[in-house]
Amino acid sequence: MSMELVGVVLIFLITVLLSYPLGRYLAKVFKGEKTILDFMNPVEKWIFRICGIDPRKSMNWKEFLKAMLTINLLWFVYGFFLLIFQDKLPLNPDGNPGQTPDLAFNSIVSFVTNTNLQDYSGESGATYLTQLFVFTFLQFTSAATGIACLIALFNGLKEKTTNNLGNFWSIFVKSITRVLLPLSVIVAVILVFSGSPSSFDGKETIITMQGDTVQVSRGPAAGMIAIKQLGTNGGGYFGANSAHPLENPNYFTNMVELISIVLISMASIFALGFYINKKKFAYVIFGVMTFFFVLFCANNIYFETKGNPELDKLGISQQAGNMEGKEVRFGAASTAYWSVITTSTSNGSVNGMHDSLMPLSGGVVMLDMMINALYGGVGVGLLNYFIYIIIAVFIAGLMVGRTPEFMGHKVEAREVKIAALVTLLCAFLIKGGTALASYIFVHHPNADWAVKPSAWLNNPGNHGFSEMLYQYTSSTANNGSGFEGLADNNIFWNVSAGIVMLLARFLPIIGPVAIAGLLANKKYIPESSGTLKTDSVTFGVMTIAVIVIVTALSYFPPLALGPIAEYLGIHH
Amino acid sequence: MKRNRNSSLFPRDLVMESLKQSFVKLKPGIMVKNPVMFTVYIGTIIMLAVCIWIQQGEKSQGSLAYNIVIFSVLFVTLLFANFAEAIAEARGKAQANSLRKTREDTPAKKVFAVGEIYVDEVKVVPSSQLRKGDFFICEAGDTIPMDGEIVEGLATIDESAITGESAPVIRESGGDKSSVTGGTKVLSDKIKVQVTTNPGESFLDKMIALVEGASRQKTPNEIALTILLACFTLIFLIVCVTLKPFGDYANTPITIAAFVSLYVCLIPTTIGGLLSAIGIAGMDRALRANVITKSGKAVETAGDLDTLLLDKTGTITIGNRKATHFWAAKNVDEKIFVEACALASLADATPEGKSIVELSGINPNNFSTNGARFIEFTAETRSSGIDLPSGLKIRKGAFDSIRNLVTRAGNVFPIETEERVKTISSNGGTPLVVSQNSDVIGVIELQDIIKPGIQERFGRLRKMGVKTVMVTGDNPLTAKYIADKAGVDDFIAEAKPEDKMNYIKKEQQGGKLVAMMGDGTNDAPALAQADVGVAMNSGTQAAKEAGNMVDLDNDPTKLIEIVEIGKQLLMTRGTLTTFSIANDVAKYFAIVPALFITSIPALQALNIMNLKSGQSAILSAVIFNAIIIPILIPLALRGVAYKPIGASALLRRNLLIYGLGGIIAPFIGIKLIDMLLAVFM
Repeated sequence: MSMELVGVVLIFLITVLLSYPLGRYLAKVFKGEKTILDFMNPVEKWIFRICGIDPRKSMNWKEFLKAMLTINLLWFVYGFFLLIFQDKLPLNPDGNPGQTPDLAFNSIVSFVTNTNLQDYSGESGATYLTQLFVFTFLQFTSAATGIACLIALFNGLKEKTTNNLGNFWSIFVKSITRVLLPLSVIVAVILVFSGSPSSFDGKETIITMQGDTVQVSRGPAAGMIAIKQLGTNGGGYFGANSAHPLENPNYFTNMVELISIVLISMASIFALGFYINKKKFAYVIFGVMTFFFVLFCANNIYFETKGNPELDKLGISQQAGNMEGKEVRFGAASTAYWSVITTSTSNGSVNGMHDSLMPLSGGVVMLDMMINALYGGVGVGLLNYFIYIIIAVFIAGLMVGRTPEFMGHKVEAREVKIAALVTLLCAFLIKGGTALASYIFVHHPNADWAVKPSAWLNNPGNHGFSEMLYQYTSSTANNGSGFEGLADNNIFWNVSAGIVMLLARFLPIIGPVAIAGLLANKKYIPESSGTLKTDSVTFGVMTIAVIVIVTALSYFPPLALGPIAEYLGIHH
Repeated sequence: MKRNRNSSLFPRDLVMESLKQSFVKLKPGIMVKNPVMFTVYIGTIIMLAVCIWIQQGEKSQGSLAYNIVIFSVLFVTLLFANFAEAIAEARGKAQANSLRKTREDTPAKKVFAVGEIYVDEVKVVPSSQLRKGDFFICEAGDTIPMDGEIVEGLATIDESAITGESAPVIRESGGDKSSVTGGTKVLSDKIKVQVTTNPGESFLDKMIALVEGASRQKTPNEIALTILLACFTLIFLIVCVTLKPFGDYANTPITIAAFVSLYVCLIPTTIGGLLSAIGIAGMDRALRANVITKSGKAVETAGDLDTLLLDKTGTITIGNRKATHFWAAKNVDEKIFVEACALASLADATPEGKSIVELSGINPNNFSTNGARFIEFTAETRSSGIDLPSGLKIRKGAFDSIRNLVTRAGNVFPIETEERVKTISSNGGTPLVVSQNSDVIGVIELQDIIKPGIQERFGRLRKMGVKTVMVTGDNPLTAKYIADKAGVDDFIAEAKPEDKMNYIKKEQQGGKLVAMMGDGTNDAPALAQADVGVAMNSGTQAAKEAGNMVDLDNDPTKLIEIVEIGKQLLMTRGTLTTFSIANDVAKYFAIVPALFITSIPALQALNIMNLKSGQSAILSAVIFNAIIIPILIPLALRGVAYKPIGASALLRRNLLIYGLGGIIAPFIGIKLIDMLLAVFM
């Protein structure tokens, strides 16, 4: 095994080892048990007091979701105006301009929804104020929103029959004070010691070894980098994201960031087991996710380390693998691993160009986002997976000759309807969006827009198609990474991707929480030997089948036209 | 009605009728009830329009012949789906009709309260003129014209027309065996019956209406499944619609025929086409088991049952207790004791009494009972016996009653006999103490005989996750013994009617679904409370009204069959859904390369089945999609076999057969069809 591969395996193992105790810790925090961070109690109490919140008030699923949506709407308005007027506000040493309304719309939606699709570039499109008080701030709150809704699901599954999914405000605040903030501090400190900047000074002028004078942007970056990874936000401080030497200085920080990306998502699976006291169920979920994850990693690492056959034909040595769009300090294997992990988790930060991935690697990262539940985004990954579980439970339940049940509650028409709608929505947004873009590209190439549709794509043919498909997939998955090569800072892409992000963020959160609320409200049915066991390997296989056949297959035609056609074009 | 479970699935006359119905059901108003097939319907109409368009001179849509073939295949797909529903309906109707035939117009001796000549005049009228509340008379040889309840008299009745059971049964006024069914025949005696239902409102009529579809409502699971299938349909609609701009981008013109074909192949037409047939077949299977269900929902619920309440007598044990042993008291000659027992039971017509004589091996004719006085059993004395002219008084009865009798006479109840009594009780037997002139001479042991094979049936239920509860009037000791021996999970001893009710409520509070079977009026509240209440056809009207199923066979073990029918119904839906969706994998590999055969030749690598041409690939997929429906009709009608092997094993088995099978089968099927088409194209 090459050293590169050893590195990747090691990173994965460390992640699993760290996430297990973190999962136990998460369960303790939200169960209200004693933890080492109980010294945060006064801080939380103070927050509740000035906000006039009663943290013990129980909420049913409707109240819970209402609270969640209200606070998110508030931030949307707040952030939108701050971005538009950022040029007139303080902490703008580089004199960057305010964002245009459509860009501001896209940016704010993108950060409220935990997507962090950035049509702007951090160095020139944002100020220190907005970087900190809009972007970094929202990276915390959007991740906390995801965690809070996941805990609501846990609460629904935990009780035999209940109306109470917990108090949104209390869970929300705690997920920041007890989870996101402490972890971010640790990661940020590591980054600062490894060379990431954290200063309020403006650009620095440096004379390179060749004697050129360059302006190097800096700013309060380390904190944002920490939370962008931990909160599966992915929005970089600098335009080049984690490929930028100040965002990700060396192999060690690369490792830390790779671990941070998936740490909380993975931990929340174990937390589920601890929280509802069904550890085996959690292991089965972990197993299914890891099955896909390892498969995807193997594919990408294989193709990226193997290099491009077209270059082979030219007789160019590719010992390091396909190094186009990759950083030498990370290497092909770990960049391939990053590409899978960042798309698995709806993180979306990159340490290399996804546009330069080999076709099937590019296909896999898209498929990864289409499934969007392999560990998944903080909180939301498991919520998305819950939808697959409901569909699997329904079909498998019928197959064993009983009205389908999940955790002792009957899954009936209403729950199936919600699960069906969420599944449908994602398929609609990805394919509908790409279809709309393709239509405009083909039939109105010279529309009188700021960027003509004919100039959208950097590449012709199948790869160009992949660029459009990737943009909507990434928006729908709230991933935020770009295939790049797409001219996306214009009104069509800003607005359409913004709408897609909004819909694809909140409806797939509302759906599972509503299902959990409805299920928890029903009469509890004790388990018998005729009951479908959801904590069995068989059910795991069933879930895999549902994910493959229901989700992956429905994207077969666009994937065939994009990456698969490109791959076959190169290899045949 | 005879049990014709083994009859052919497709009798000729039913097939002809169903074929006709397949076309009748093409009415849009009927088609729209099934969303999946309705979209196929629209696709078919689009293809018809395309054919006409080409006829008018359109060039870009491929040859007319090819389009007509696609149109025809889609049309046939619709017919197949309609046929599946029609044949299921026809079979159900045929079954119900054969039951209904038994009650076609028969002459009824109607009683007129105030007649033309005198009061309570009896006149013969056609049975169709009888209304609820009317009275009629039936004598030996008459066919009972209408369902009703006996208000006067007692009669032996041949119910074989309904149950297939040839042994006559006794029905009498009052009590729990007062119900008579139209079409059965009175063999002896005379009864006066009050009509309980109006024509067209009997359970059978209701059932026929359910099967025929007029009043057929979708069950909760069916609704949920329909929603899921509609979702899949929409997902694949999106796949096909968005393919148009994708095709434009790739510079690939895709014909309408290809779009429609891809769409029809991807949506779950197999389960969509068979869904209602499966539901009807479930009710039909219940009917074949001689159970009339009042709603499809009841059958579905039966599959979910957690707890079955079963009466001990008749279900777990063979009707009555039998004498199994004579235990003579100390110093009493065994032979004399046995003789005394036989003597005391000579006039005892109860099955227990008869079994005592039988066990004694004494021929009753050898005794002269002239001048003897028989003492009948009464609830107060709780003993019976005989007073012989010789002055000998023999009594047999329950332990307490004989002890009273003995001690009152100043005698001592022997300790070893008392021990024996306890032993017998704890072994599940019933002790009958025998005394002779107020002296205890021994104990007769009566035992319940557990039905052969019942343990296995309970074992089967346990594996299904169903808990069995025995309800008995016995004391807890006896009840426990029999419960252990028969293998039931729990029992209610010394049960009063309200005990059943309380038990059901307690189980339901714990979230369980409970079924019970009953016949008496005092069972009615519990039957109504139970999630599945099966009333015996011989039971009272109140019981029948309260339950949601009626068992024509009056067979208490029927509950077990009903549970399996319910499970089969759900399983058939689940497995065919899995099969239907799994089929999509192969269909993608057939159609997608075919669509881009010219513009993106590289995609030919996906043509792993190596189908001959784009057109033949699409055609093969559509044909496979159509013929899989009739191929699966027998499975839909018969139901997927249920094996009580535990939920996980069952899921593994069905995933393997219908999931993996569903992936592999179409690869083979489509390839074969393509090879066949290659001969013609």
